[in-house]
Amino acid sequence: MNAMILLNTLMPGQVVLEYSYLLSAIMFVIGLKLESNPATARKGNFWAASGMILPMITTLLLNKDAAGEGISLANAAAVILIIAAGAVVGTVMARKVKMTAMPQMVSFFNATGGAASAAVALIEFTKAPNQALLVTLLGLVVGSIAFSGSMVAYGKLDGKVGDIFAKFMTYLNLFFMLLIVVIILLVLFGGFDQTTVSCLVYGLLVLSIVYGVSFVMPIGGADMPVVISLLNSLTGIAAAMAGFIYQNEAMILGGILVGAAGTILTLQMCKAMNRSLINVIIGAFGGGGASHADVQGSIKEITLSDAAVLLSYSQKVVIIPGYGLAVAQAQHIAHELDSLLESKGVEVKYAIHPVAGRMPGHMNVLLAEADVPYEQLVEMDDINPDMPNVDVAIVVGANDVVNPAAYDDPGSPIYGMPIIDAHLAKNIIIMKRGMGKGYAGIENFLFFNDKTRMLFGDAKKSITSLVNEIKSM
Amino acid sequence: MESILTFLTENKDAIFIIVLSIFLGFEVISNVPSVLHTPLMSGANAISGVIIIGGIILVGHASSTFEWILGAIALFMATLNVAGGFVVTDRMLEMFKKKKK
Repeated sequence: MNAMILLNTLMPGQVVLEYSYLLSAIMFVIGLKLESNPATARKGNFWAASGMILPMITTLLLNKDAAGEGISLANAAAVILIIAAGAVVGTVMARKVKMTAMPQMVSFFNATGGAASAAVALIEFTKAPNQALLVTLLGLVVGSIAFSGSMVAYGKLDGKVGDIFAKFMTYLNLFFMLLIVVIILLVLFGGFDQTTVSCLVYGLLVLSIVYGVSFVMPIGGADMPVVISLLNSLTGIAAAMAGFIYQNEAMILGGILVGAAGTILTLQMCKAMNRSLINVIIGAFGGGGASHADVQGSIKEITLSDAAVLLSYSQKVVIIPGYGLAVAQAQHIAHELDSLLESKGVEVKYAIHPVAGRMPGHMNVLLAEADVPYEQLVEMDDINPDMPNVDVAIVVGANDVVNPAAYDDPGSPIYGMPIIDAHLAKNIIIMKRGMGKGYAGIENFLFFNDKTRMLFGDAKKSITSLVNEIKSM
Repeated sequence: MESILTFLTENKDAIFIIVLSIFLGFEVISNVPSVLHTPLMSGANAISGVIIIGGIILVGHASSTFEWILGAIALFMATLNVAGGFVVTDRMLEMFKKKKK
């Protein structure tokens, strides 16, 4: 009874708390809006961070539980201690990580967010098993999937976990998904006693974690940007579900904003690959679908001095970077090459495919780190009409995003995917470690093109030698 | 059936917020240049750490050992997400800024 009276009495602290959540939600929106413009992006991040700190403080000071009890001094001290520890660890990790390892770092942080949501949902379930049961279950399930899925993505990007693809994984995943839905329905409408429900909920937790693993496991390298973006949106949804439990506007709005933003990015990535989201998730890329077209022509290598001469006397050069650039950490030396060529009067641009690399916009971040001016990075749709006028296209560690099979070979798994038209350039130099195939495991016709010359070796070493060769000319 | 109706009625406000937030999210994010995809995703990822508020509430009122342990884990994880997420995003955006000539 006491609680009811307290809830119905207007207390200034509660009003301040509620409105601090509204303010925080507004700051998230402003932050995201500013972050979608290069000129204001950094300010936007600052807004969003402030929008996070504000409700943390007001919650700590003003939150009251159902009985009207505020947070005790001992508990508050524990909260501050844990946050301080997390903030130090998180900041150090974020400061120390190399730019090339950014995708796995983002995945890792995404995993921790998902785990936090799942843990919150689980505690709320044990405290009040019948309250807001649906959203609690959803928070638990989605948070757990986001956690384990992101950890697998982290492991894959860090090279610790390989791809496992087998046709049965598709069916296994569908089965898991179905089972999760069935258990949720059983818990909600089954009318079981408390012990059974608890068992089902813990079963759900384990199943969701397993599903997260088996869902990301078969999805390979080139599809990683899509998956990371999708997992990111799941974490947002999990946080929103937890916000639903507390009827907390900042959590709901913040979480859903992230969910919506992640979904848009995911769909944009899919569009860039001309594939549906379902197709990516089910993982049709990895297996089967072998091309039946015969490859014509032969592989021709180029010497460093020939390449140096060719580049120095060109007018227009386009560099097409891919994941290989990130692996070799060749972004700085690539910038040295373009500056050197520009000093000789050559016009150099970078052609950025939307899904090059392992994270949306991966190449942009790497090249920005190397101080390549923003104007030199050209998006696929803008550079393609100009490709026939390009004297030399240098492909650095990219493969599928320049494979003309996307145009010519209806049997190819990447048929229909928009590519950068490297094959239209007057000369093509391909820097590659060896004759391995791209992620899709298909032959790249571009390598056998008459205009193509291969420069084998690690991208960083190749470009370094090339720069020295040009300098010594 | 009845439980669904009760749920929809009792949570009307929250459902309104969710539906409108979805539209807001789409509206705010659409037309982002691809150069900003990574920092934006990372920034959004940091915002999803808003679950930290749930962590504060849980640890703030924790009494049983179970609540303490799991709550501490949740709060620590959420803080990692928030702090790490914002710092990483800032580092990326810093690079975009300094090369403005």
